[in-house]
Amino acid sequence: MYKLSACCSMSCGISLPPKMILASLRGHKQGNGRCTNVPRNVNLEKLQNNYLFPEISKRELQHLEKYPNAKVISLGIGDTTEPIPEQISLSMANYAHALSTAEGYRGYGAEQGNQVLRKAIAETFYKDVAIKDTEVFVSDGAQCDISRLQLLLGSKVTIAVQDPSFPAYIDSSVIIGQAGDFQDKTGKYQNIEYMQLGPQNNFFPNLTITPRTDIIFFCSPNNPTGHAATRKQLQQLVEFARDNGSIIIFDSAYATYVSDDSPKSIFEIPGAKEVAIEISSFSKFAGFTGVRLGWTVVPEELLFSGGFPVIHDFNRIVCTCFNGASNISQAGGLACLSSEGFQAIRAVIDYYKENARILVDTFASLGLEVYGGVNAPYVWVHFPGSKSWNVFAEILEKTHIITVPGSGFGPGGAEYIRISAFGRRERIIEASWRLEKLFSMGKSPLLTV
Amino acid sequence: MSLMNNLSTSMISSSSSPFLAPISFNSSRTQSVTVPPKSISLVKCVSTPQEQQTAYKTKVSRNANIAKLQAGYLFPEVARRRAAHLLKYPNAQVISLGIGDTTEPIPDVITSAMAKRSHGLSTLEGYSGYGAEQGEKALRAALASTFYGNLGIEEDDIFVSDGAKCDISRLQVVFGSNVTMAVQDPSYPAYVDSSVIMGQTGQFQKDVEKYANIEYMRCTPENGFFPDLSTVARTDIIFFCSPNNPTGAAATRDQLTRLVKFAKDNGSIIVYDSAYALYISDDKPRSIFEIPGAKEVAIETASFSKYAGFTGVRLGWTVVPKQLLFSDGFPVAKDFNRIVCTCFNGASNISQAGGLACLSPEGFEAMQEVIGFYKENTKIIVETFNSLGFKVYGGQNAPYVWVHFPGRNSWDVFSEILEKTHIVTTPGSGFGPGGEGFVRVSAFGHRENVLEACRRFKQLYN
Repeated sequence: MYKLSACCSMSCGISLPPKMILASLRGHKQGNGRCTNVPRNVNLEKLQNNYLFPEISKRELQHLEKYPNAKVISLGIGDTTEPIPEQISLSMANYAHALSTAEGYRGYGAEQGNQVLRKAIAETFYKDVAIKDTEVFVSDGAQCDISRLQLLLGSKVTIAVQDPSFPAYIDSSVIIGQAGDFQDKTGKYQNIEYMQLGPQNNFFPNLTITPRTDIIFFCSPNNPTGHAATRKQLQQLVEFARDNGSIIIFDSAYATYVSDDSPKSIFEIPGAKEVAIEISSFSKFAGFTGVRLGWTVVPEELLFSGGFPVIHDFNRIVCTCFNGASNISQAGGLACLSSEGFQAIRAVIDYYKENARILVDTFASLGLEVYGGVNAPYVWVHFPGSKSWNVFAEILEKTHIITVPGSGFGPGGAEYIRISAFGRRERIIEASWRLEKLFSMGKSPLLTV
Repeated sequence: MSLMNNLSTSMISSSSSPFLAPISFNSSRTQSVTVPPKSISLVKCVSTPQEQQTAYKTKVSRNANIAKLQAGYLFPEVARRRAAHLLKYPNAQVISLGIGDTTEPIPDVITSAMAKRSHGLSTLEGYSGYGAEQGEKALRAALASTFYGNLGIEEDDIFVSDGAKCDISRLQVVFGSNVTMAVQDPSYPAYVDSSVIMGQTGQFQKDVEKYANIEYMRCTPENGFFPDLSTVARTDIIFFCSPNNPTGAAATRDQLTRLVKFAKDNGSIIVYDSAYALYISDDKPRSIFEIPGAKEVAIETASFSKYAGFTGVRLGWTVVPKQLLFSDGFPVAKDFNRIVCTCFNGASNISQAGGLACLSPEGFEAMQEVIGFYKENTKIIVETFNSLGFKVYGGQNAPYVWVHFPGRNSWDVFSEILEKTHIVTTPGSGFGPGGEGFVRVSAFGHRENVLEACRRFKQLYN
């Protein structure tokens, strides 16, 4: 599909049209002496397309070129839009100023993160489940942690992912060499176990038919479906992992969006400490998508098959392949976890949740099957019988709204569109209005199935 | 909780290698953080104590590559030793000339820009979410013009990062496990360690203190700290750091020309670490791209850490020229971009605002002043060891002094200096077998600490 598409981000200048790339590649193949003799990493060759979100950015840019005056509304990439509460940015500014003083200057920080911040994370999010500060590793974000975890695990483990799921799990798996070849027929990588999710199984995989894998990536509340697993479901998952000797990598980046009593951490489930790692992020919690801050919890009890503690190896990776999150970002993180800061952030989260509610209402009122939007800032809309890239294109063309086609998250997303609820309230309302216009008067062929 | 305690009581004491040292999860390298005793958990990473055999174990095998690593990463090791020393001598005035950690405050013009960006994040106009993974355009442009102005390196060849150490690992992910690599010996340990983790190497061979499959290019006073390339086997990747950490040697134009030719003849890729380029005092090249033809054989990685005191702020960059191609003609930059988009999410926007300020005329001048301060420190340290009759290397083009202790074990010298003068240095063997018999003294520190350290050295060695 997009094999020949050029550099995947709008700000990368290498963007030759596909034909030109082919031609230039051919020229080099003839060995004009300008190539090195270093073979390309075969794992990278296996990647099918560019990473999903730069692709979406690219489409947005192309659309803007076509319609320079269009008022494009981005409900695609889950990028936060609301300003960070003042007390938090103030603490970062103060920390920055202090770096110019003898008393306030700090050099290298602990690779695992500032001790006070680690403690605050443990106390804020894991107080009742006895996770220690020494089990918390501060990072520059979950996307980076996912790859560091893959480096930790190596190429010889097998993984399972939800289908659909956040593409970094699969892509990082391919890159590290776990995934085998891509099979065009199924749209899946050979060695990855795709646990299908859908309304038919309540967005929780049927574990009785799921083969064993070493690692199980599980995101809840889920990106992109918005489903938050119930306590019972997570108990099943932990039991499944325990029976199989597997490790769950639980992505709780959206935990603070939970509206009901769905668990916010895998460690709420007894026995989880011996089978799970949890990753999380300040991105969607505090608007830190650009500031860069997250964390990973590796319990001391989690052991490899030979009895070696996983935490030792993760610490080694963190010390060797990383050098700590920015100290300024960490100062901001600490402010987020003060009671005042946390309260201010809650208000922003509620703002996005209200956005989600408006979008859910819009789609529901149009008679469309809509999921999510309650425990996560994503709305997952079903267009039965359609191809999601076509729906994406139609919505973009007719309403100038960017969404994300479900198939970008795996074959299980093929007939769905993800709409993210980040955005200024006026734009969410405007988007809702445009979508109503598109779908209500039968104008869209997408509804005539 | 009990797990950690149990591990600490069952340490195997038979080993004599200083590398089989415990891991601390609370790195004590920050000078101003006091490490409470209980966090120094002495954990042996080699054996499985009795208690663990009854504990639940998953069925996931440990990554065999990580198992190859001999001990903890070098600098947390040094930090651990420092912390242990402080426990022993709680009132000692320890001076850290070990880990190359900057100590002087960041110039105002730079921190003000970061504070401004922070404040801006609380406003509608100033808020920004995800940035381009490759870095903010203005910063990439400023890096191109400041460091590569007339070298034909363009803005879009530059990828902003959270530091060179992280970039080294991302480059390894790009290259994969099926490439061979060469390093200088001695060299910055992240090159070797990341290679082991990535699966490019064989087992560690204790007799020669080297990993199988890595080509170690010996750099000694005898060869002017530049390897004899006629004796170096071809490898796919060649890591080359100049000015060098730890030896301080900066390669000449002639040497780099030979290196580029060597890479070209062998179809190899040089990963050139230029983190200390601004410390050069003479006319040695500051960038590999000063050498004609380098764009087709080299990647360059660099950092704001030692220029702007950004060791904690986290900002660096990597240059991957468009002209650099894999053997099938595929541009390396495309794969690097893919890794950057998938395994990374951009450097912090606040750090990048600081970086941009560093490259303003005022910021750059202020940075040069701080660099000059550390260079003066270096001079003082060089003079001290010279006056004591030591053979001293480096210190002219880098903030490191490489002191020769012929016939002595470097960890022993490290321990002796620490015990007798309360000064932390870095043992040369931590950088590879070619570092044995040397100690690296770093020149970062407050002036009075450096002067005091030199007084103590004079006392010890006179």
